[in-house]
Amino acid sequence: MSTAGATIGWWGVPLAVLAGAIRVSTPYLLVSLGECITEKSGRINLGLEGVLIMGAMAGYATAFATGSPWAGVLAAGLVGAVFGLLHGLLCSLKRVNDIAIGISIMLLGTGLAFFLGKPFVQPQAPMLSSISFGFWSDSTQIQSALQINPLFILGAVLAFALHFAFRHTRLGLQVRIVGDSEDAARALGYPVLPTRIVATVVGGFLAGVGGAFLSLYYPGSWNEGLSSGQGIIAVALVIFARWEPLRCLWASLLFGGASALGPALQAMGVSSGYYLFNAAPYALTLGILIASWTPNRALSGAPGELSLVRQ
Amino acid sequence: MSKTKFSSSRRTVIKSAGAAAIYAAFGPLAFRDAQAASKLTVGVIYVGPRDDFGYNQAQAQAAGILKKMPSLNVVDEEKVPETIAVQKTMEAMIEQDGAKLIFATSFGYFDPHVLKMAAKYPDVRFAHCGGLWTAGKHPKNVGSFFGYIDECQYLNGVVAAHASKTKKLGFIAAKPIPQVLRNINAFTLGAQSVDPAFTTRVIFTGDWSLPVKEAEAANSLIDQGCDVLTCHVDGPKVIVETAEKRGVYSCGYHANQAALAPKGYLTGAEWDWATPYKLLVDAALTGKPMINFLRGGLKEGFVKMSPYGPAVSAKAKKVADADKAKMVKGDFVIFKGPIKDNAGKTVIAAGTSLKQQDPILEQMNYLVAGVIGKA
Repeated sequence: MSTAGATIGWWGVPLAVLAGAIRVSTPYLLVSLGECITEKSGRINLGLEGVLIMGAMAGYATAFATGSPWAGVLAAGLVGAVFGLLHGLLCSLKRVNDIAIGISIMLLGTGLAFFLGKPFVQPQAPMLSSISFGFWSDSTQIQSALQINPLFILGAVLAFALHFAFRHTRLGLQVRIVGDSEDAARALGYPVLPTRIVATVVGGFLAGVGGAFLSLYYPGSWNEGLSSGQGIIAVALVIFARWEPLRCLWASLLFGGASALGPALQAMGVSSGYYLFNAAPYALTLGILIASWTPNRALSGAPGELSLVRQ
Repeated sequence: MSKTKFSSSRRTVIKSAGAAAIYAAFGPLAFRDAQAASKLTVGVIYVGPRDDFGYNQAQAQAAGILKKMPSLNVVDEEKVPETIAVQKTMEAMIEQDGAKLIFATSFGYFDPHVLKMAAKYPDVRFAHCGGLWTAGKHPKNVGSFFGYIDECQYLNGVVAAHASKTKKLGFIAAKPIPQVLRNINAFTLGAQSVDPAFTTRVIFTGDWSLPVKEAEAANSLIDQGCDVLTCHVDGPKVIVETAEKRGVYSCGYHANQAALAPKGYLTGAEWDWATPYKLLVDAALTGKPMINFLRGGLKEGFVKMSPYGPAVSAKAKKVADADKAKMVKGDFVIFKGPIKDNAGKTVIAAGTSLKQQDPILEQMNYLVAGVIGKA
């Protein structure tokens, strides 16, 4: 009785991991790239979870109101940028702790999004469309796995661009110097606070866009359980990726793929220990951190001005 | 004499006018107080948001009906976690709002939270949704109510079996608790009543609301060839939408999700909580003892089916409607032996018919043969 939707058996697992890597990773990728820029400038914005949720809500609401999902993406980015600006400005005051501000931004963003988002739980907003890269295959599974959203491509390109920019452009150098040594930046005449504020605003913008991906593409609806901590994980991924944009890309893909592993194995009928498989992304992260640990290289690559490493 | 009379009557007039003025000024307030005191205050607690297109929405709809009843004063709170937080919420409803009847609508509220509060406030009634109240073990002011929604899941299975081409069904479940397992089993038995070759693949996500994981689970099941999906999670929205996007069928749960999948939505298992809510409220209003154990299915109007979607064939409707008619009459048995679990062990012996009211069914800890998954 098998038809076009023929069974693919064990191939389903690598396929699901691949598809999951692409689908699930995008918000991680966008948020972690944004956070990477912010942290490179010497600040940590822990509030990106709140920004992500706020972006998801604002994106969904705007797409619903205007009928254009791309307007939603833009609105999500702008709302994220406003939150980034708030964080950037507040942290520029003397003796203000960026971690504390981050946590309050997270709570503010989450609460505000839940409050303002109430009327948008029910209605259906138009969704972002994706590009089909699976046209060469007649397997519906592969076609579906290779439905790739432009935001993912944008994120991947951005990772390469940032990698290049931090190494080879004056602007990238400026962000790095400001993040590594405030004194050196001042000596070279770079404006420290404005650089950090702009870096936080850009980080907020990207996190907002990541939220729009959640609400407007995958899983593609607005509700209060939507993010469930993805913004926090993305911030942790930046440390995991040792402040390298390209490694953020690989880390996000790894995380996305690992989160698809649990459901894929259960769909195959491998049902023992599914709680363990569901914990795979976290176990994997721990494992890699332990594997890559060396006594003298702990936190290597960390920007020198980051409050995490500053003495 | 007449003068005195006049003055006395004038005094009376002034007095009563004054009283009227005082009444006009303060009367409505005093009157409102008296009315509130005679009104029954009911507290309703949800574990998730009121408008989740699912479990909590179904409860909130029933609470909405209570809110319209003039003899009631309804307070509700959403997103109360299954922790000590729910005890605080209950305590606040009792102490501050004067609630005398509390609907605690999430499974995890029961033990120890509801039980603890019930011991502390013996004159307050606690109605818990889904728990298994046991005489002698649990206090008299606690009651549990629930609906036999597995009847609807059975009918979902019948309809799904007629629509499926691959004979593989997918079920996305939150946690392996008895109610969930009973739904998975009923759904599978319904499909197997059409063709014994049907199998159901189950994915447990681990929690009641994890949209990204639910979407992943739906995609994985579809990749494995499942062409009808149903679920037991708090908000089926993402699953029904993913099924529609991928061009497979879906059966709803908790509430009607037809609007989310106009092409692929076959039918769905819905709650009709207003029925038990009203029974419990009536008992409290008339001073009758708390109903400790309240159950009902299609017959009693605790659950209902979503209207059939456009993809349901006439034959499927005929078969499902016939089964439904028997259920409404009360002579349909879903769990009729012999039934084996998916490890090959006989769980219900041949000749044994477990009627819906049988409390053994509420301790279900197995998945029937044909279900691919592990409880």
